[in-house]
Amino acid sequence: MADDVLFEFLHMEMVYHIYKDQASRGEMDKDRATCVSTLEGMGFRVGQGLIERFTKDSPSFKDDLDVMKFICKDFWINVFRKQIDNLRTNHQGTYVLQDNKFALLTQFSNGKQYLEEAPKYLAYSCGLVRGALSNLGMDCVVTAEVSLMPSCKFQVVIQKI
Amino acid sequence: MSRQSNRTTDSKKMNAELFTLTYGALVTQLCKDYENDEEVNKQLDKMGYNIGVRLIEDFLARSSVGRRQDFRETADVIAKVAFKMYLGITPSVTNWSPAGDEFSLILESNPLVDFVELPDNHSSLVYSNLLCGVLRGALEMVQMAVDVKFSQDTLRGDNVTEIRMKFIKRMEENLPAGDE
Repeated sequence: MADDVLFEFLHMEMVYHIYKDQASRGEMDKDRATCVSTLEGMGFRVGQGLIERFTKDSPSFKDDLDVMKFICKDFWINVFRKQIDNLRTNHQGTYVLQDNKFALLTQFSNGKQYLEEAPKYLAYSCGLVRGALSNLGMDCVVTAEVSLMPSCKFQVVIQKI
Repeated sequence: MSRQSNRTTDSKKMNAELFTLTYGALVTQLCKDYENDEEVNKQLDKMGYNIGVRLIEDFLARSSVGRRQDFRETADVIAKVAFKMYLGITPSVTNWSPAGDEFSLILESNPLVDFVELPDNHSSLVYSNLLCGVLRGALEMVQMAVDVKFSQDTLRGDNVTEIRMKFIKRMEENLPAGDE
């Protein structure tokens, strides 16, 4: 049983390392995009691993919405110790998951001061969600946005093949 | 201990697999970034150090452990309180040097390596080197300079995982420059 501060600190170090590493290579122009995708990729792999374990004993899902409900409840509780506060969908493959107190943002000030830094700390979690959904058979694109700390919205767009 | 405090610690427990897998992803990434295992070890240690200097505050605030004078007491606190609190394991403290400035932590199981197999081409990688950095950083914040390294590792075929800790010196409390 690991303690959550440990994960939070590790996550911070991870973000810091990835950004520092890229900056030192002098690729400032494509800097942001590659860092985000690196972090996202790491999250993806971990999300895949986690979902294998979480769904070991769960019954199969009826449809996409059922899967999303599972992500909002069981997955989120397992990973971030709380449920998603609000789930919305347009019934055409786009879902918006809103977390009013996202665990990885609670260490920041609630003001606007660090709003610009926030996306760095969401990339990994986007990857987690994408990896989890991918192993449940849903290809999707996951993005996140913060308008007011520490709440954040994840947008999941299912890719039609 | 009151029930209230038990509950708060419980709610702070999270899924250990998340931590283990995240750590694995990080090591993988570092192995991609640096082609040389030594460099990866160094990076892990550095990151651990950064975590350690912050983790100690969390630890002191939550554990109500006072100031330790003695290296033996420190060893006990690390093994019985800190490892238990953060990783849920209690390593045993053994192999004291006669001078009492060196000891080993023996880990029966290492939660960081739950799903790991070390490929042959990474024979000098110290997979859990982050732990050394964490211990070093945390102890430095309580004025103890300590040398920490893995001397045995189950990942490399040893029976147990052993962390060797060597006390170097007690650090002076320096006031920051310009402070009265």
